[in-house]
Amino acid sequence: MLAYIIRRLIAVVLMLMVVTLVTLSIFFLIPKLTGSDPATMFVGKQADPAAIEGIRQKLGLGDPILVQFWHFVSGIFAGRDYVGGGSTIHCEAPCFGYSFKTEQDVWTMLSDRIPVTLSMVIGAAVIWLLLGVSTGVVSALKRGTLIDRTAMVTALAGVSLPIYFTAMLAMFLFRTQLGWLDAKWVPISENPGGWFMGLLLPWVTLAFLYAAMYARLTRATMLEVLGEDYIRTARAKGLTEPVVLGKHAMRSTMTPILTIFGMDFGALVGGAVLTETAFSLPGLGNAAFSAVGERDLPVILAVTLITAACVVFANLVVDLLYAVIDPRVRLA
Amino acid sequence: MMNTSSRRRIAAGALLAAATMVATTACGGGKGSGDAKGAGDLAFNGGVNKVLNASDKKGGELKFIGSQDADSWDPQRGYYGFMWDFARYYTRQLITFKAAPGTGSTELVPDLATDTGKVSPDGLTYTFTLKDGITWEDGKPITAQDIKYGIERIWAQDVISGGPIYLQQVLDPKSEYKGPYKDKAADKLGLKAIDTPDEKTIVFKLPKANGDFLQMLAMPSASPVRQDKDTGAQYALKPFSSGPYKWDSYKPKQAIKLVRNDKWDAKTDTVRKALPDKISVTFTTNADDMDNRLVEGEYDIDINATGVGPAARQKVLQQHKGNVDNPQTGFIRYAAFPQTVIPNIECRKAIIYAADTRSLQTARGGPQAGGDIASNMLPPAIKGADPKADPYGKLAGKPDLAKAKEALQKCGKPNGFKTTIAVRNNKPVEIATAESMQQALKAVNIDAQIDQYDGAQTTGIIGSPKVVKEKGYGIIIMGWGADFPSGQGFLQPLVDGRFILQSGNNNYSEINDPAINGLFDQALKETDPAKAGELYKQINTKVSDAAIYLPFTHEKNIIWRSSRLTNVYTADAYNGRYDYASLGVVK
Repeated sequence: MLAYIIRRLIAVVLMLMVVTLVTLSIFFLIPKLTGSDPATMFVGKQADPAAIEGIRQKLGLGDPILVQFWHFVSGIFAGRDYVGGGSTIHCEAPCFGYSFKTEQDVWTMLSDRIPVTLSMVIGAAVIWLLLGVSTGVVSALKRGTLIDRTAMVTALAGVSLPIYFTAMLAMFLFRTQLGWLDAKWVPISENPGGWFMGLLLPWVTLAFLYAAMYARLTRATMLEVLGEDYIRTARAKGLTEPVVLGKHAMRSTMTPILTIFGMDFGALVGGAVLTETAFSLPGLGNAAFSAVGERDLPVILAVTLITAACVVFANLVVDLLYAVIDPRVRLA
Repeated sequence: MMNTSSRRRIAAGALLAAATMVATTACGGGKGSGDAKGAGDLAFNGGVNKVLNASDKKGGELKFIGSQDADSWDPQRGYYGFMWDFARYYTRQLITFKAAPGTGSTELVPDLATDTGKVSPDGLTYTFTLKDGITWEDGKPITAQDIKYGIERIWAQDVISGGPIYLQQVLDPKSEYKGPYKDKAADKLGLKAIDTPDEKTIVFKLPKANGDFLQMLAMPSASPVRQDKDTGAQYALKPFSSGPYKWDSYKPKQAIKLVRNDKWDAKTDTVRKALPDKISVTFTTNADDMDNRLVEGEYDIDINATGVGPAARQKVLQQHKGNVDNPQTGFIRYAAFPQTVIPNIECRKAIIYAADTRSLQTARGGPQAGGDIASNMLPPAIKGADPKADPYGKLAGKPDLAKAKEALQKCGKPNGFKTTIAVRNNKPVEIATAESMQQALKAVNIDAQIDQYDGAQTTGIIGSPKVVKEKGYGIIIMGWGADFPSGQGFLQPLVDGRFILQSGNNNYSEINDPAINGLFDQALKETDPAKAGELYKQINTKVSDAAIYLPFTHEKNIIWRSSRLTNVYTADAYNGRYDYASLGVVK
């Protein structure tokens, strides 16, 4: 087990290195291919050649890609200095780069956004898991009934409607018209009640989409599992239905759900771009959205890395949980 | 007879219809303005050219909201128009724009200085004396050296990039000074063009006279910065205040909070009312939601002042007309024709004649949200402008196909030609105007393909003559507003051949006419704005004759003001925005 975890962690680190190199290469190569200079994006209307050169020097845009890669990776562990124009800006470890748009080191910019995204994603995940899985199970058990059909039609709507539409509709109904809820970020440390009420609308909206997908997945998997021989055997042994379902059927049903959950959760922690943008929540996704609009490359790179890290770590946790949920799985 | 399945389908359909009705009713309704407490009168355009709800009552929190943060809050780096307006809360200059509505705001008045300066007869030396009692937020006096140091920062373009560099161009055109961060002098005040004989006196020595020099001194880039408080590139995160408010907190792209600077002395300041106790700015990524929150009274004003979005526009104009103003912004929206791509003047004239200005105006949002049809390249607020000058008959609002075809004949392309329209991909309104152009040009067989380039890379794409030529951009859709209200501030970057840059170019047509350049030289020497205006009028005529621009509109915006606001008026000096420094709120 320990060896397995170590092997997976090494794979995670290698993968993140590859993601970093690829992302850096994209930022390095695309401007070259399109004939533009990223440094010009940081200067104003009266673009001064000295300003462009200064930015180029500080960003290290003239360095070979591997040198840029080394500077970036070493900066994460040891910090980094950005030198140019007779001044030096020190970016402390973990230095994920420096934004010349906001004049802040990227980690400072992003670190206070992580609680926002985590709050939103964890809350939504709890709702969608509870709602999606339970709906899927009930649908499977009540197959063909009105309950099943209603649940699946609702789930289809949930999957079909884009999040920006449901977010807009939710805001319109619950905030503008009814005045019941508003989407606002309030840190839990300041006001737990405000934190809860401010996130309720984004939670429900985000969870509606995912719960719909999980309901359909759970239903399909559950139906398949219920047809397995070992379920019939369990019933033949005289086990009660709750035990058959809870102890035997659910374990197998949860395996694919957990796999998908790992990826979804990881990707969302890296930034629920549409949800955060629609509700104006100052999370990682919101930062990514702004950064893409402004081509703030260091921020885009950092968010990409955080997303990749979240996905691979979530997958690692899921793999470890397999062994707990399904005794047939052995890690080696 | 219906079976069970049919009944279920009908039930489901009824449910869906009911849900749709709820949503539709919701869309048509609305709580209306949430402004429970009004400051007084409400009238459409009530804040244009006059002061609405005049009051000196202090207190309360003025709440801004915006969908875009400033490019920088560093006085020497900011270039966005709303930043210049907002910066007066925490910066002061030797002279500034008068606190008055409309064109009255373009008058220059003393701010840190006792008067608007003593100018030598040759126009080369400007001397200012500082007022008594002017202080920083820590109570220390603002000195002439602080002003010089602040201005010197403009030279450090490799650190303090992005802001206007007019003062550098005028005071040190050869860029001999390298900025305070590379200054070898112990006091870091090595710029020779500015002299500070004592703490109260500052002298500017210009190598060449420039009639707009005072305008440049009124920009935020001429603000003082105290050397011991200068954090270089990171100064934007917490500028040290010389104005009536100081920075309490700032999270880029999230929020700003300003609180009173209790060291500011109102007796030294004739332009800032400093009425609210607090000023807050919230940045949002959902512009439609921002409009809703403004209408509901949760916030007072859109700091960006780019106008109410299309989703809320009708509702605002129909139900809350008394809460909006519709000023001109001073911007002209236009198409420029690079001469390297379309060298023949008759071909360019064919485009101008064939364009449908009414359709272009509609694409920009119509007369209220888009603006008035423009027929030449000087905005009405600039001296020398003649909004009626219409050499190509564009005010009629329709294409002149006969003249377009005639021009094509003269151009040697009677069957039309192909070209490319360059338009920013992040500006839907500009894309709509490009499509309007494309459609109109088809009528005379000009085949214009639209290329939507990355709007974030404007400087390096259409700002690069090399890229423009390589990509064959014959038509560039753009807009321009004056950095300061004069012909120099508006026209020179667009049409003076000496302003053609290899990157960050704004003279897209690449016109380099010695006659125009010479007229600029004459106008710059002129200290009488009226006489300078006559010269800019001549330049404008030559620009029209060269057929290098097709102006679409003199831009107008529909801007929201909450009912809580007092002392509301739009100022031409700030592109038709409200004069933020004068605003107050009822509690």
